Amino acid sequence: MLQNKTLDRREVVANLLKDRNDLLVISGLGSATYDCAAAGDHPNNFYLWGAMGGTASLALGLALAQPKRPVLGITGDGDMLMGLGALSTIGTQGPTNLTIIILDNEEYGETGSQPSATALGTSLSDVARAASTKIVVDVADMNGVNNIRKLMHSRAGPLFANIKIASGNPDKILPSRDGNYLSNRFRESVLS
Amino acid sequence: MTLTQANEPSNTKTDNWSKSIYEMFIASQIRQVVYVPDAGHSKLINLCRTDPNIDDVVLSSEEEGVAHLAGAWLGGDRGIMLMQSSGVGNCVNMFSLITSCKLPFLTLITMRGEWGEFNPWQLQMGQTTPELLKLCGLIVHRVDEIDQLAETLDSAIRIAFDGSQGVAVLLSQRLIGRKNFTGQK
Repeated sequence: MLQNKTLDRREVVANLLKDRNDLLVISGLGSATYDCAAAGDHPNNFYLWGAMGGTASLALGLALAQPKRPVLGITGDGDMLMGLGALSTIGTQGPTNLTIIILDNEEYGETGSQPSATALGTSLSDVARAASTKIVVDVADMNGVNNIRKLMHSRAGPLFANIKIASGNPDKILPSRDGNYLSNRFRESVLS
Repeated sequence: MTLTQANEPSNTKTDNWSKSIYEMFIASQIRQVVYVPDAGHSKLINLCRTDPNIDDVVLSSEEEGVAHLAGAWLGGDRGIMLMQSSGVGNCVNMFSLITSCKLPFLTLITMRGEWGEFNPWQLQMGQTTPELLKLCGLIVHRVDEIDQLAETLDSAIRIAFDGSQGVAVLLSQRLIGRKNFTGQK
């Protein structure tokens, strides 16, 4: 797809997580998890290291459990493609506090940069639209990212944003891989 | 060939156990019920759908349910997944969430492919289900008789949420009634 792919993923995520207040974040395995860790570790981040295809579903379950707080599921195009059915499910539930953001580099960056389906014809935002997502936005510049950050906190969703980002793998910033620790830390922070 | 599904489990016995399971959900503060429908669960699903205090979520695929309930737990909600045995295979990779994070997970599975099964395509997953669940780190309880149901589900709820453990309760095909088809060739 001929789209503007110039945004730096680390800058995008740092911007999205700025002034986060009570935002709860689920990050998809691989680069989205490293990006969120690079923006600053936080007990209200739950980093996935596996369970590919599950980020959006996990964020939906959390959004229903915590309807008063904004919930962000942030992940790559590969993870979202593996769990497209979750967009249908989100459409049926329509939680206003849920945002799904795709960092779309159109490739499997972790495994040798093979092109993903978003490079070969699939528009994830069209899929989200077809699944009755309330607000769907395509983003290709930093102004768009700023708008998403504001929308995400307004709880007017569900919001789906597909952000085209540049290819390339920045340094891996690795948060804890101890799932028991991460889940207990998250629950303690959210439920206290 | 015409094929009609003639006999969904729809009798007083089914109504009664569905009601008793639903009442246990309420007593155990189950807040989210996620499911891929099965005829054997239909009464229970309807009871959950009409309860304003329960979020009922129809899934596109069972693997979503594993991730969904992990998210629900992270946000403080107890949940349960209703599915049939053919959906267990869809969950395999997602079960790593439960074991890696040591999360509670509870599922109530209606069995196919084990007792008077009409459809041979159901046999493999039905026969594999108990062992597959165990391989994936879940504890498996099985219910063959209606009078075992309440105490078995009670045990499963305690182990899951008090012990932060994945637990599956299998409702045998004999218990829920085999699915009958009448057809003409």
